[in-house]
Amino acid sequence: MAKTIDARGLSCPQPVLMTLDEIKTGKADEIIVVVDNDASKENVSRAASSRGWKVAGIDEKDGVFNLTIRKG
Amino acid sequence: MKGIKNIFAGPWGIVGVGIAIGILAPLLQKLGNPGNMGVCVACFERDIAGALGLHRAEIVQYIRPEIIGFVLGSLAAAYLFKEFRPRLGSAPIVRFVLGVFAMIGALVFLGCPWRAALRLAGGDGNAILGLLGLIFGIWIGTLFLRGGYNLGRTQQTHAAAGWMLPLFMAGLLLLMLIFPQVTGEAKSGVLFYSMKGPGAMHAPLAVSLVVGLLIGFLAQRSRFCTMGAIRDFVLFRQMHLLSGFIALIVTAFVVNFIAGQFKPGFAGQPVAHTMHIWNFLGMALSGLAFCLAGGCPGRQLFLAGEGDGDAAVFVMGMIFGAGIAHNFGLASSGTGVGPYGIPAVGIGFAVCLFIGLTMRKNIA
Repeated sequence: MAKTIDARGLSCPQPVLMTLDEIKTGKADEIIVVVDNDASKENVSRAASSRGWKVAGIDEKDGVFNLTIRKG
Repeated sequence: MKGIKNIFAGPWGIVGVGIAIGILAPLLQKLGNPGNMGVCVACFERDIAGALGLHRAEIVQYIRPEIIGFVLGSLAAAYLFKEFRPRLGSAPIVRFVLGVFAMIGALVFLGCPWRAALRLAGGDGNAILGLLGLIFGIWIGTLFLRGGYNLGRTQQTHAAAGWMLPLFMAGLLLLMLIFPQVTGEAKSGVLFYSMKGPGAMHAPLAVSLVVGLLIGFLAQRSRFCTMGAIRDFVLFRQMHLLSGFIALIVTAFVVNFIAGQFKPGFAGQPVAHTMHIWNFLGMALSGLAFCLAGGCPGRQLFLAGEGDGDAAVFVMGMIFGAGIAHNFGLASSGTGVGPYGIPAVGIGFAVCLFIGLTMRKNIA
């Protein structure tokens, strides 16, 4: 099941906190995190990797990144 | 690691940037900046406030080119790597207030987290109290973050809005060039200059500016943040930013040692006092305010350089805070805390706790 987190307009640590909260619920095996700055993109990728998740893809459009992360 | 193509944001990038700052800051001291103050964002913004006459503490008045460089270096990096994103609207007035109290706390301790690190690397034992206070303040902030604290979303805005702080900094540089320091004169045109004290101690303008630009550029790329270093470790056990901060301290220690600038002890340290409780609590207030505002004072300058108007408001809050800190006698000196420094720290904590407890709207 895929879950989408809209973290646009938020700066860290919020996008990371939201992502980790979702990972902790254990409901989703794929999460799409939407962020709009490079630092958040990097931080969410780093946090997901440290929890054993994999960054499956990053789509950018007009400065908005859709990060797809999957349970490893 | 997939998802991170920016080499400076990788594990060795952040350590490299910490090492670079750890070399450059003690060198700035060697070239004229005050003791254990190669770089101090709070002190330097306070000096800028003095140069503009926002306070009239005569020994701390100088437009510090390092600060100008931090913002413009970050601006250059942001444009070069297509990361300039003009944005604002995330509770700007709250960020202003947090900036005010972050500065007041820093001036009770006598330094921001950058200087706390450099003071430790120069042998100043009082910095241990400051750094412990910083950790304590950030830890309180993380409790709020876990409880859902946030300042709300930003919105995209006009590029010109993102240019406001960079233009302000360019304006300061222009003022310095039009009204340069005149030996033996306390004023040049509209600018105030210090004839003695820390404000009279500075590396040559061009050197300060170039080093500032370089650090601004590197820090924008690496997201270097002294508050984030501790926050991310407390929140996520994430070592990434912390590794850069530790690299800075270790490198600065080595460079200070080689340059003969390492002088261990508590008493008689440059621009420092030995009132342990207030070193601890001053920096704790500062750390809490930085944590609630999402970045250390350096990071706020780098964010402002990449178009973050809210970070720019925080910077203005710090400059305003420096004005009242000296006008009201809140700032410490080498002899100890100022006459009203202690109640100011109390008010600062009350305000930060109020903000932390009340601003927890659900953003999901």
